[in-house]
Amino acid sequence: MGMRKVAIVGAGITKFVRRAQETGKELSWQASKMALDSCGITLDDVDMVTLGTAPDAFDGVHMKGEYLADGAGAYRKPYMRHYVGGGTGVFSPIHGWMHVASGMADICLVVAEEKMSSCQPHPAGAFLTIFDHTTEQPLKPTLIWIFALEMNRYMQTYGISKADIARVSVKNKHNALDHPSAQVAEDITVEDVLNSETLCWPVNRLDISPASDGAAAVVLASERVARRLTDKPIWIDGVGMSIDTAYWGTRDLSYPRYVETAARMAYDMAGIKEPAKEIHIAEPYDPFDYKELHHMEGLLLCPRGEAARLTAEGYTARDGNLPICPSGGALGVGNPIAATGLMKVIEIFLQLRGEAGKRQVPGKPTCGLAQAWGDLMQMGTVIVLRS
Amino acid sequence: MKLEDCKLGGTHLKSSDFEKCKILTTEWKPNLGYAWDDGVAIGRYLAELKEGKIIARVCHECRRIMLPPRMFCELCFRPTDEWAYVQDTGVVNTFSIARVNWDASRRGPNEPPLIPAVIEIDGATKGMGILHMLAEVGPDDVKIGMKVRAVWKKPEDRTGAITDILYFKPIRAAASKKAAAGKKR
Repeated sequence: MGMRKVAIVGAGITKFVRRAQETGKELSWQASKMALDSCGITLDDVDMVTLGTAPDAFDGVHMKGEYLADGAGAYRKPYMRHYVGGGTGVFSPIHGWMHVASGMADICLVVAEEKMSSCQPHPAGAFLTIFDHTTEQPLKPTLIWIFALEMNRYMQTYGISKADIARVSVKNKHNALDHPSAQVAEDITVEDVLNSETLCWPVNRLDISPASDGAAAVVLASERVARRLTDKPIWIDGVGMSIDTAYWGTRDLSYPRYVETAARMAYDMAGIKEPAKEIHIAEPYDPFDYKELHHMEGLLLCPRGEAARLTAEGYTARDGNLPICPSGGALGVGNPIAATGLMKVIEIFLQLRGEAGKRQVPGKPTCGLAQAWGDLMQMGTVIVLRS
Repeated sequence: MKLEDCKLGGTHLKSSDFEKCKILTTEWKPNLGYAWDDGVAIGRYLAELKEGKIIARVCHECRRIMLPPRMFCELCFRPTDEWAYVQDTGVVNTFSIARVNWDASRRGPNEPPLIPAVIEIDGATKGMGILHMLAEVGPDDVKIGMKVRAVWKKPEDRTGAITDILYFKPIRAAASKKAAAGKKR
């Protein structure tokens, strides 16, 4: 299609915290500056800037993209904010990729920010208005309901237990002990998850990632520029996006078809025929523990209904055959929504460069994937990276 | 680069920071109101709910009988063709037992849990589910696949809203309990 090759050449991230002293603008600055420094460039070298951030309702700031622009280094540059719900963070580098692949920019700074703590008493309240205003909101739904409904349907369809699913939370919170940004890293047991407060059965408190503040950023460059900036560029070889209907009650809740559609788009672009063999490491979105399993299946990384068994067998551990969420994921590092997706992309970037420190998976992976998901359980975003 | 070698931004605030007034915040309570129009399809849907009936919309291209009704088919991307009444009974596709309210506040010790569910309505195309509540069933007795029936508000209390259906209750439980509540259309 005449598109140029695009590489990630630098990255920056803040700590993910329950409530940050910094404003969203300050967090964006910290991540952006770190990303520029990491590849030895300055803002003058940046042609375009894209920024991902989730609902304005979290901050109570309308035009959040414009508000954050200064922190994202957008001053007097082409700049655009994107937002596809929880899918935003992985869409961020896809948006930047469009600018560089098309030839519009040689260097694009991609920033993702979220400050959820401003929303009182709890950011969950901001989600009421994602539901249909006439047919659903009068029933006073909360976001956890629809995940509980989906998790129950998934468990029922494949005969999976809550304990099978809790292992994901245990694994990811453990992995996060080695992530310098982590908010809720800890060693817990399956029993701890099962005994934690039941919020909306089958969802307990430790099945869910926390609300967080944080920011992340990456620098994308065209092939010519990337080879000048680094001897370890990580190439964006495939991107995919797909959105399903907002009539979520109509969907097969046991399988995320839209994630499969997005994944197939990315695999086709990357020339991947057998994802379960060719993908060495993956960071699917895990805001809830069952979602990691759901997404592994939607990403065609394992047969439907098999992800829980593979997790129990250690297949998805950091030293397993297919490490899943070696960063610690949203469940362990934290979940500042847009920043989480980009944190996952950064983890694959570092892993493929062999720079993931104590989190480094064995076996020198050369192909990895990050995925995010959001809106009314309908948006899938996928990116495939190779060293 | 290694994250371990970098000084990461992001300053974690503790409750004590607020107690000692080390942190300044400002507050704003928005006082916004919205008047959402029901639209063409949902307007009719609500008017029928007020009459104690559930109405769907049919697409002659994909032959789906769709709930909630819609004036265009999002799959075929063409106008839908006709209205069709469906039953006020259905099957539980999935459910949750919710101990939190919409704003993440917890339900009190004396408040029973809410049981939201996706209910596939009889007469609509298989898999066409709507969000509603279950009641008159204990948390331990609710099952996926359970057949349920709508329990309506009294006609004089209906306003043309999704809440004109109070909740859905198990069909079998209805027979064993008092039959008086049976609301027939």
